[in-house]
Amino acid sequence: MRAVIFRNFVTIYLLRMERREFIKKGLGAGILTGSALALKPYPKSFARHHSNQVPDLVAVKGGEPGVLFDKGILALGGMKKYVKPNQNVVIKPNIGWDTSPERGANTNPELIARIVEHCFSAGAKTVYVVDHSTDEWTRTYKNSGIEKAARGAGAKVATGNSESHYHPVHVKNGKSLKNVLVHELILESDVFINVPVLKDHSSTMVTAALKNLMGVVWDRRWWHDNNLHQCIADFPTEIKPDLNIVDAYRVMKRNGPRGVSVSDVVTMKYQLLSEDIVAVDAAAIKLLGREPGQVGHIRIADQMGVGTVDLTSLDISRIEV
Amino acid sequence: MKQIHLKKIRVIIALIFFLSLTFFFIDFRKHLPEFLYDSFSYLQFIPSILKFVSMLSISASGFIIVLVLTSVFGRIYCSSICPLGILQDIISWVNKKTRRKFRFRYTSPVNYLRYPLLALPVVFYLAGSVFLLLLLDPFSNFGRIVSDIFQPVYLGINNAGSRFLEKLNVYFLYPEDITFASWETYIFPIFILALVIWMTVSKGRLFCNSVCPVGTLLGLLSRISVFRISMLKDQCTQCGKCAVVCKSTCIRIKDLNVDFSRCVGCFNCISVCPEAAIKYVRNKRQQVIPEEPGSRERREAIQTLGLILFGIFGFRRKLYSQDIQQDGIPVVPPQNTFPTEIKPEKNYPVSPPGSLGIDHFTGTCTACHLCVSACPTQVLQPSLLEYGFTGIMQPYMNYNVNYCNFECVICSEVCPTGAILSLSKEAKKITQIGQVVFILESCIVYTDNTSCGSCSEHCPTKAVKMVPYTSALTIPETNPDICVGCGACEYACPTKPYKAIYVDGHSIHKVAKEPETEELEQPDLEEDFPF
Repeated sequence: MRAVIFRNFVTIYLLRMERREFIKKGLGAGILTGSALALKPYPKSFARHHSNQVPDLVAVKGGEPGVLFDKGILALGGMKKYVKPNQNVVIKPNIGWDTSPERGANTNPELIARIVEHCFSAGAKTVYVVDHSTDEWTRTYKNSGIEKAARGAGAKVATGNSESHYHPVHVKNGKSLKNVLVHELILESDVFINVPVLKDHSSTMVTAALKNLMGVVWDRRWWHDNNLHQCIADFPTEIKPDLNIVDAYRVMKRNGPRGVSVSDVVTMKYQLLSEDIVAVDAAAIKLLGREPGQVGHIRIADQMGVGTVDLTSLDISRIEV
Repeated sequence: MKQIHLKKIRVIIALIFFLSLTFFFIDFRKHLPEFLYDSFSYLQFIPSILKFVSMLSISASGFIIVLVLTSVFGRIYCSSICPLGILQDIISWVNKKTRRKFRFRYTSPVNYLRYPLLALPVVFYLAGSVFLLLLLDPFSNFGRIVSDIFQPVYLGINNAGSRFLEKLNVYFLYPEDITFASWETYIFPIFILALVIWMTVSKGRLFCNSVCPVGTLLGLLSRISVFRISMLKDQCTQCGKCAVVCKSTCIRIKDLNVDFSRCVGCFNCISVCPEAAIKYVRNKRQQVIPEEPGSRERREAIQTLGLILFGIFGFRRKLYSQDIQQDGIPVVPPQNTFPTEIKPEKNYPVSPPGSLGIDHFTGTCTACHLCVSACPTQVLQPSLLEYGFTGIMQPYMNYNVNYCNFECVICSEVCPTGAILSLSKEAKKITQIGQVVFILESCIVYTDNTSCGSCSEHCPTKAVKMVPYTSALTIPETNPDICVGCGACEYACPTKPYKAIYVDGHSIHKVAKEPETEELEQPDLEEDFPF
């Protein structure tokens, strides 16, 4: 009991601290962190310069996951646009479930490996791969094939299943979600790449880029308890990935997000890439044969200005391999 | 071979057993393959007997080897194979290094303690309860000490190490949050550890020779062993060096007698004797101890052992089969009821998959906590009163801590007693250890009118499905037939303080129906972009 009270005090104290202040105080000892903050040229500013030449959303189809990414990232202007030399990159796939790649419950390992390779080609210093797994993480990392693929490509594979890695962040514009514990690699890294797999989802109808961000926070259950769709839309008002890549190579069309068997999965061979997390989700849900307006968190995120749900207003590049 | 090497050989074998078994109990990532677990726990006496009784398989015949070893060499088991015995030797060794001038002296056997503590667990076991075996089995006591007390320390070191390496940007060790069981379950392991330390430091192997039922049983058998420690009358100078190093305090210099029923075969005496007057020799040839009525003792020992073994494999087996009949045919398996009250009403705790049901599990498990250490999700936790008082410390599925990983069968692979029988992955996926119960009135969707679906999200068989509720919302619907009772829904449910969905255990595990699957239409890859 005493420990619980003490812990609550610590949490309250930490929650009062601003995110940056916390990083300075709590992690400032790390030279890595210091240099990471100093070096941080926000990739967003670069993106704006090119906005006239590059599309808002790239949809690629008809090839293997690695090939789809090669084409897709090229159409967006290449990985160098997002990753500058000597930067630290964090890749957040969906590594939620202890199932094999054929089950389509986790992001395609081949795709993750290819993204890691592109990051290094662009000059990344370190590439981290992390997710807060739902099933037991060591088994999930292993059986999803992602651990091996990411390590093989040179990435550092980190765990998201230890509370000690999570630090409080204040969501200034959050309606339901005001304070949240976020994984330190997301907070510390220069570039944040969000790589969900597209699936049917029993709670939120669809899981793609927005929903995937539930894997960078500690207490997801709290979201379920406090207006889930609003929380999902609140989070990216504070922390937004620099790039979203939706893996729709194998797509779980029912019984998501875990799936019961391979019969829940169809092969679509699609991939969607965008800096706009709402737009990429709007396109993704159409691949499932549903409408973005049906999904609470996509609709709310659009209203809150996180991104654009209206695909007709966007410059979309459609590529067939 | 010179007998002076016997001690070295003993130490090497003991260290191999001790270090391996200790690692099994602290290793939380299960680095080693399961056959190693099997081979190192194979010779552990009580687990092996229990496994033999529940499986009737030759793969669980380790205790027979121990009996044969003992009848040939004496109680070498207690110094080279039993981890609790070796732990005492390590404590003793540390004690010797730190305290000067420590000498053992001959003491009489504590018969009023050791024989009742052998007889009572046997009687209890025959009556169908492993309660006393659970409390007294040296392997299980060792397991609990390491798993409950040392593993958290190991985890702490691992976590500190992993944080340090992360600072250096090395991702090799990974932290693991430490889960503690209810504090009462630690009392007994701590008590036993304290008792063992105190006894070792002040009385040598008193624990093995007065408390441990395995020690006493093997002591009976060692009375007839072929080889034994004997003192050679014509060479002995009665210098007493052997008695001073005898941890079992069983060497009486006065009449050159070794009480071999208490000798744990450490061979320390042989290694210190300056005259080579204490030797490991064949029993028959050396009639050093004049008053030993060899044949009578031997007959008595054989009779006692025979009776015990007969009892265990005859009577107990019969009782056990009666249990099954009773539970299988006339007694109707309990039905899970849907309580209208908000507080979940659990009729039974949930025992791990492979344990067949609560009777088999609580009647076989000695709570060594090897499964608790090895369980990757830590859902297996020592119980307090979930199985009743006599089931104290036996592991149960605690769905507040986590849920059972659908693909995992580790507990069934490592269990040394057969309380959790080996289960294939396919069999595990249709083993129903309990069934889901949904309380609509507590559900977030019902109370708050917001989306949730956490339970359905986690369900591996979709025994919990989201069905249309209002225009924008879906609500859980359960299909208990295909539920395996893994507890994912209960763990994931966000409602407080009581869960809106939970698993009620089965007293006898059942077979779950497999979820129906229907082929999906594969999409036309040539079709144009839908946006």
